[in-house]
Amino acid sequence: MEEISARVGQNFAELRQNFRSGRTRGLVWRKTQLRAILKLVAENEDEIFEALNRDLGKHPVEAYRDEIGVVKKSAEYSLRHIEKWIAPKKGQLPLLLFPSKAEVLPEPLGVVLIFASWNFPISLALDPLIGAISAGNTVVLKPSELAPACTSFLACKIPLYLDNKAIKLVEGGSDVAEKLLELKWDKIFFTGSARVGRIIMSAAAKHLTPVTLELGGKCPIILDSLSGSDLKVAVKRISGGKWGACAGQACIGIDYVIVQRKFAPVLVELLKKCIKTLYGEEVENLKNICRIVNKNHFDRICNLLEDPGVAASIVYGGSFDKQNLFIEPTILLDPPLDAEIMTEEIFGPLLPIITLDEVEESIEFINARPKPLAIYVFTKNKTFKEKLLQETSSGSVIFNDTMIQFICDGLPFGGVGESGFGRYHGKYSFDTFSHEKAVLHRSFFLELEPRHPPWNGFKLEFIRLAYNFDYIGLLQLLLGLRRRFTSRTVH
Amino acid sequence: MALDMEGMMKELRETYASGKTKSYEWRISQLRALLKIADHHDKEITEALRCDLNKPELESFVYEIASMKSSCQLALKQLKRWMKPEKAKTSLTTFPSSGQIVSEPLGVVLVISAWNFPFLLSLDPVIGAITAGNVVVLKPSEIAPATSALLSKLLGEYMDTSAVKVVEGAVDETTALLEQKWDKIFFTGNGKVGRIVLTAAVKHLTPVALELGGKSPVVVDKNINLKVAARRIIAGKWGCNNGQACVSPDYMITTKDYASQLLDVLRSELETFYGKDPLKSEDLSRIVNSNHFLRLTNLLDDEKVSGKIVHGGQRDKTNLKIAPTILLDVPQDSLIMNEEIFGPLLPILTVNKIEDSIDVINAREKPLAAYLFTNDKRIKEEFIRNVSTGGLLVNDTILHVAEHSLPFGGVGESGMGAYHGKFSFDAFSHKKAVLQRSFAGDVPARYPPYTPGKLRFLKALLNGDVVGLIRALIGCPTRLEKEKKSSIRKSKSPLGNPSGQPKQSFGPHGHCYRIQKLMR
Repeated sequence: MEEISARVGQNFAELRQNFRSGRTRGLVWRKTQLRAILKLVAENEDEIFEALNRDLGKHPVEAYRDEIGVVKKSAEYSLRHIEKWIAPKKGQLPLLLFPSKAEVLPEPLGVVLIFASWNFPISLALDPLIGAISAGNTVVLKPSELAPACTSFLACKIPLYLDNKAIKLVEGGSDVAEKLLELKWDKIFFTGSARVGRIIMSAAAKHLTPVTLELGGKCPIILDSLSGSDLKVAVKRISGGKWGACAGQACIGIDYVIVQRKFAPVLVELLKKCIKTLYGEEVENLKNICRIVNKNHFDRICNLLEDPGVAASIVYGGSFDKQNLFIEPTILLDPPLDAEIMTEEIFGPLLPIITLDEVEESIEFINARPKPLAIYVFTKNKTFKEKLLQETSSGSVIFNDTMIQFICDGLPFGGVGESGFGRYHGKYSFDTFSHEKAVLHRSFFLELEPRHPPWNGFKLEFIRLAYNFDYIGLLQLLLGLRRRFTSRTVH
Repeated sequence: MALDMEGMMKELRETYASGKTKSYEWRISQLRALLKIADHHDKEITEALRCDLNKPELESFVYEIASMKSSCQLALKQLKRWMKPEKAKTSLTTFPSSGQIVSEPLGVVLVISAWNFPFLLSLDPVIGAITAGNVVVLKPSEIAPATSALLSKLLGEYMDTSAVKVVEGAVDETTALLEQKWDKIFFTGNGKVGRIVLTAAVKHLTPVALELGGKSPVVVDKNINLKVAARRIIAGKWGCNNGQACVSPDYMITTKDYASQLLDVLRSELETFYGKDPLKSEDLSRIVNSNHFLRLTNLLDDEKVSGKIVHGGQRDKTNLKIAPTILLDVPQDSLIMNEEIFGPLLPILTVNKIEDSIDVINAREKPLAAYLFTNDKRIKEEFIRNVSTGGLLVNDTILHVAEHSLPFGGVGESGMGAYHGKFSFDAFSHKKAVLQRSFAGDVPARYPPYTPGKLRFLKALLNGDVVGLIRALIGCPTRLEKEKKSSIRKSKSPLGNPSGQPKQSFGPHGHCYRIQKLMR
């Protein structure tokens, strides 16, 4: 324990020192580091595939789409836009303050701490890191101990590619995390569960450290009664989003589906067919799907199915391979709403279908639960779209697709309520790790005397007009054309 | 008064659920009501402020009533624009799609305000909460009781009381409020209570804005218009609630050889403003209460600084008045240099070169504001680049706070989150990302079964490589691709087996094996 403490403390002190030295502030440094990240993923593709395969059984195509590709895209996007981001933004000033100049200047926060999670162990580590670097901070990255192969990959490669004096990776479990949280960071960026999020936030309160919490929640899909090719596309997108991204172990993963009651049988049939095409049949022969990360999570997910009411609602799948930690894509029809599967985030390949009389009732259903990170809606009904946008609250809303909001750099990514706070991606990542310093320049000319005491009626009237931006009134007052003052008593 | 907290929260949640606060019309009507309060009751407000702080009418007007009105007016004028969804760019990767960012209210929010500008610091955040469409509870400071009571009365009369409420009280009431579930807490005050607020917010994962203070320095270089500078410093330090403001200049740094000249001008301008006996001046606020009076006199009585007073120092315990006081060359380890002064005392530190001031400032916690008076461009740039602070103002004091196009808020120990103007609206909004896709334009590469062609396609897509895209679509592998295939085939784990799991765990499924086979 002592040893961890000393190591962590030493790293921290060095980063603080190197931040003070201004090393990380220059544009050149930031760009060099971003390019180094690009190089890191480009030159080690195979090793990343290998590590992801070990930790999660992730297929290379999925790994490229959700991890390497994401990092590459983010780093390139930052490189393309960083000059614009670091430039001060001009503010507008009222004529009264003339001559002066206002600007908002982004500056790095200092020494920041990033906690990554195990489900996308490469992209959820490097994507926030890109933001922290773009904004000019020194960083400690703490990857998840639950994805050991990826963690040791990063631990081995980051020192080779990135500036060691400003970017450090700390490996370890909760004991190390605890030690890290004792220090005074300038920002903590956390991806993970709400439970740990609370621990992070409590620790941060001690030092007034701002925190970004990227959590999850039960993200619903609302499927309107579509038909024909639209329905086929929808089912494919649902199947791809639910089981094709880390086997449902994703914060924006689909948690459950809401459909109109009479529509449910059609959906179940189509989903079954789609699962068979995409992932195969029988748990021993599954392909293209990740395994469950570890035994604890495997047991947790299996336990969700133990409740008799839940077990009775399984309409497809439900088998698992305990030795290899695979769980079959599983569909449940109307499991009891008070069962754990409908009160906790599933974070696995189980998909409950909830049926309602009318699809519009889904709004009430969603609002009765904590705010999710994402709501997915498949519909062509414009009024319903509007109503849903207005009346529900979630991190994001995606119409007619799943998961793809994650790769839109133009959109902020982040939760609200129980799904977290703060946002990142694209420019938002830069902002998350920056402080916007307000800077106002004034000259010594044109001093407005009425600003200063001793106070009198004239000065009050002057300021009154000034605040109304009544320039004609001001002129009249100054020329003595305006009746000075008024019934008020002024000292 | 025992407050039915549960009942109140239930009512507020119901109001929010009804959706009425989300409408543009409701927000406008509430903003107009706030304007009416300021217009119809300015006398009462001024009187309450005189009662709580002996605030001069002009100061009350400038810093409280007019500032609040101008926030309201700006919001009224801009609200439609602020509420409009923002278009977001989407990329080739998700084509065809359209993205937008919708600002939605957070829900039921709590505003805890401070006693030093008890009217403005209560209503300015409330304006933000209302413009963003939230239901709001305001807890004014009990240390400014007259204003607190007046706010409770006026908001009760003018506002929609099902959605805007005032809860008066002290520690007990605040504690009870903090136990409730809020969607945002906006706090103005000190870092000690700020930490309590943050800790309370953990339970419900409530986002918090903390508007704190800190020791805001004012650095004075030579070769400037000293008279103007001195007047602006006085206006910011003593002419703004007698130093009891979160952005007040706290201490001053100047060069050794310039200090006496600066001091002379400060003295003579102070006399012009407040007369020979400032304790009698009606243009200075008093100290808010005897606790704070005692705290401030303790700072002066610290033996490390008692010989350093070069101007002022007079105090009147019965009327809670302290004259503008300047101290020269106080030691860094004195009490006065180790807490926020928040009163009419101004220590001056001297340095050899004005550049050294940057180190002096950076050795301390980050302040809410930093002021620099200089005509030297190089120093200005160096200062702006190297001093981390909430706001930075060159050649003036306080004014940046009145500037709606600038965010107002701290960093580090001076707080988190910013407001004013559009920033207030944003502080109380959630930015919901909305992405619209059509049913057309599905890329097969998204879905299993995965093939080498799909990987190629994804790479080309993410590279924005149109030629590569076409090649991938017609199934023509690149040279690189061929190399990769062979390397994947050959790849052996370089990582050892840190998970400790037997490698066979993938064996029966042949995952690794199958990847290689697939890529072949």
